[in-house]
Amino acid sequence: MKTLKDCNKYCKVKIIKLNAPKDLKQRFISFGIMKEAIVEVLEHAPAKSTIEIKVGKMRIALRAEEAELIEVEKI
Amino acid sequence: MNDVDSKTCPIIAKHIKVALVGQPNVGKSMLINSVSNAHLHVGNFSGVTVDKTEVLFDYKAYHFTVVDLPGTYAFTDYTIEERVTHDYLCAENYDIIINVVDSTNLEKNLQLTSELLTMSKKVVIALNMSDEADKENIHINAEYMEELIGVPCIKVSAATKLGIEELIDAVILKHESSKNKPKLVFSEPVEEEIAQIVWYLDKHKYESKNSYRNVAINLLKGNKKTYAKLHDEPIWTELQPILINASRHIELHHDSDDIKEAFAEEYAAFNRGVVAEVIEQKTVVSKKTTTEKIDNILIHPLFGIPIFLFFMWSLFQLTFEIGAIPMEYIDAFFGWLGDTIGSTIGNDDIRSLVVDGIIAGVGAVVLFVPNIIILFIGIALLESTGYMSRVAFLLDGFFHKFGLHGQSFIPLVTGFGCSIPAYMSARILKNDRDRLLTLFIIGFMSCGARLPVYVLFAGAFFSPEMAGNVLFLIYISGALLGLTAAKVLKLTAFKGVDEPFVMEMPKYRLPSVKLIWHTVLTKTMMYLKKAGTFIAGAAMLVWFLSNYPHNKILEESYAVKIEKAVSATDKLKLQHKLDESLLEQSYLGAIGKFSEPLFEPLGFDWKMSVALQTGLAAKEVVVSTLGVLYSLGGDVDEENNSLVNAISKNISFASAIAFIVVIMIYLPCLAASVVFTREAGHIKYFFYLFTFTSVVAYVMAYIAYNVALYFT
Repeated sequence: MKTLKDCNKYCKVKIIKLNAPKDLKQRFISFGIMKEAIVEVLEHAPAKSTIEIKVGKMRIALRAEEAELIEVEKI
Repeated sequence: MNDVDSKTCPIIAKHIKVALVGQPNVGKSMLINSVSNAHLHVGNFSGVTVDKTEVLFDYKAYHFTVVDLPGTYAFTDYTIEERVTHDYLCAENYDIIINVVDSTNLEKNLQLTSELLTMSKKVVIALNMSDEADKENIHINAEYMEELIGVPCIKVSAATKLGIEELIDAVILKHESSKNKPKLVFSEPVEEEIAQIVWYLDKHKYESKNSYRNVAINLLKGNKKTYAKLHDEPIWTELQPILINASRHIELHHDSDDIKEAFAEEYAAFNRGVVAEVIEQKTVVSKKTTTEKIDNILIHPLFGIPIFLFFMWSLFQLTFEIGAIPMEYIDAFFGWLGDTIGSTIGNDDIRSLVVDGIIAGVGAVVLFVPNIIILFIGIALLESTGYMSRVAFLLDGFFHKFGLHGQSFIPLVTGFGCSIPAYMSARILKNDRDRLLTLFIIGFMSCGARLPVYVLFAGAFFSPEMAGNVLFLIYISGALLGLTAAKVLKLTAFKGVDEPFVMEMPKYRLPSVKLIWHTVLTKTMMYLKKAGTFIAGAAMLVWFLSNYPHNKILEESYAVKIEKAVSATDKLKLQHKLDESLLEQSYLGAIGKFSEPLFEPLGFDWKMSVALQTGLAAKEVVVSTLGVLYSLGGDVDEENNSLVNAISKNISFASAIAFIVVIMIYLPCLAASVVFTREAGHIKYFFYLFTFTSVVAYVMAYIAYNVALYFT
């Protein structure tokens, strides 16, 4: 299983599942992070603790722990 | 205009109450500002508006009330601000919704729009930032969009004031029309289920304010209020199995066990459809956007943090260097003002009140206006360019280690300006524990009002070249101390699981000079207003307490001595001694002497002790108190009568360091304490904060004093 956390910089993937608890899942969805969405990894913060991704036209920062809950596949 | 309406209700018939809704950072507040000439605070990050604000204005024959609601990505209750918006939209009375969307990111914004469309309220869509969309070659066919979703769509730009009148006209038109049929279509399986529920409700002639379709959608989405209402109806027994089946059907269709997720996907599909129809993007942008290019440097894994530190250092250098230039003139002005006004007043007591009390006290505070302005410009730039979120991104890992949330950075940075908005902006944190923790730490970020004290002491004890660095050091060490305190609190009082960190990184925007000017002007005027009212009042009080009670015997005994003295210098010395002893036996002297033993281990004389106590009201009062006390105390050296000199002469280096440390840590001010208590939710938190900050301030100052003593 590949998650968003494993993606390198500039890697483009498709979301196939959100394994987050209910609240966080809602949060993800309200940001457009949902099934079928295409995500691009833009940048990693020092020590890879935080990741910047791009969904549609929106840039979103999230922690590695959260990225781990997002299952993705290569496109 | 509808005749029936105006007959039944002639007064409020021409009143339109508008709820302004949109995702964070789409320019809602800026839109209100350009519609009504109001001056709401705007910035380039999500969470600038944390509470609803009402703005009133008249247009044509209508009274408008516009309610600016905090930005929300979707109809959720994730953060407090989202709850404010959601509750307002569901429970309050209003006539129409203006949904503000960012034209450059339509698909994302429509997510909220589509939820609004299911609410059976009148909606007008403001396609904001249409000027920016033009620049990015994004063309929205507004007429076609209007046709597709069934609500008016108006292209506007809050920044250039384009289309504002058309928007309001559309609102009036929509308000007057009785037709209201948004066209939001779901996928076939969902539409089938909706149709079935509608059919069922219709069959039983269920009475409802909302349309059957609306009720059906709410039921399917699991809306608690709709459920509660229907639960007591006799039709519920039959309706329930239908609903269970319907939900199962939809969930199956979406391969999900979460109906909310399924609906989100439904909305997203609808929005994709709309966007594909109405947007023509001339050139497909494959090259990097400006924002991405800037981000390559500013959030670089290696250079990002050093660049940020450099920016902060430059800000404090500028604060000191440029701020020092006009200070001389301001100081000279108040000196001149005191002399001029003083010479016109015959009565000694009144003259002393005006010159030594009000003018010295207020002057000491106004002196720092240039520094304050530079600091405010820096913070306004940080807020309006979009850099703030980048710093939150860079520092989240670091903050996380200290038990703080990356988004805590935003209230914390705001805290460098003023603690009050900082306490308010902590609402962007969802978790109560995170929020409380952040609230406790905000005070460690030295606010603008403390700057005068720092500038005063840095100027008194360090060379001008070093003073800027000292300032930077004070702010950084305050922040680091705050982080350490956060860690301690997280390990003890606020234990718990970490909250997730998901945050939008807004596009970089070049802030308009007008916007910056406006923000800085408002804040500076507030500072001056405070100096003219609250601080002047406090200075008068301090003056009174330091002048009374009069001691006739002491005055007379000195009068004899002065008479007898031969040389002018002896006379002056005696006069100075008299002033000192008079001050010491005044009310304030008594308070100071009483509390002196408490502060003695920190190396404070009674004047400093008093200044710290009056500083509980506001930090500017520290400076004005010192101003009053040292101007009354009298200087032997007539040529060097500025406060800076008085301080460097009367206070030892070690005591000064300890004093700065206390100022850095203890309670910001009375007003901030009130806001803190309100935001924290209970008065007990205020006592915790008071005890916590006082103890930390005392201990740290004690250490600093003894370390400084050792080195000097």
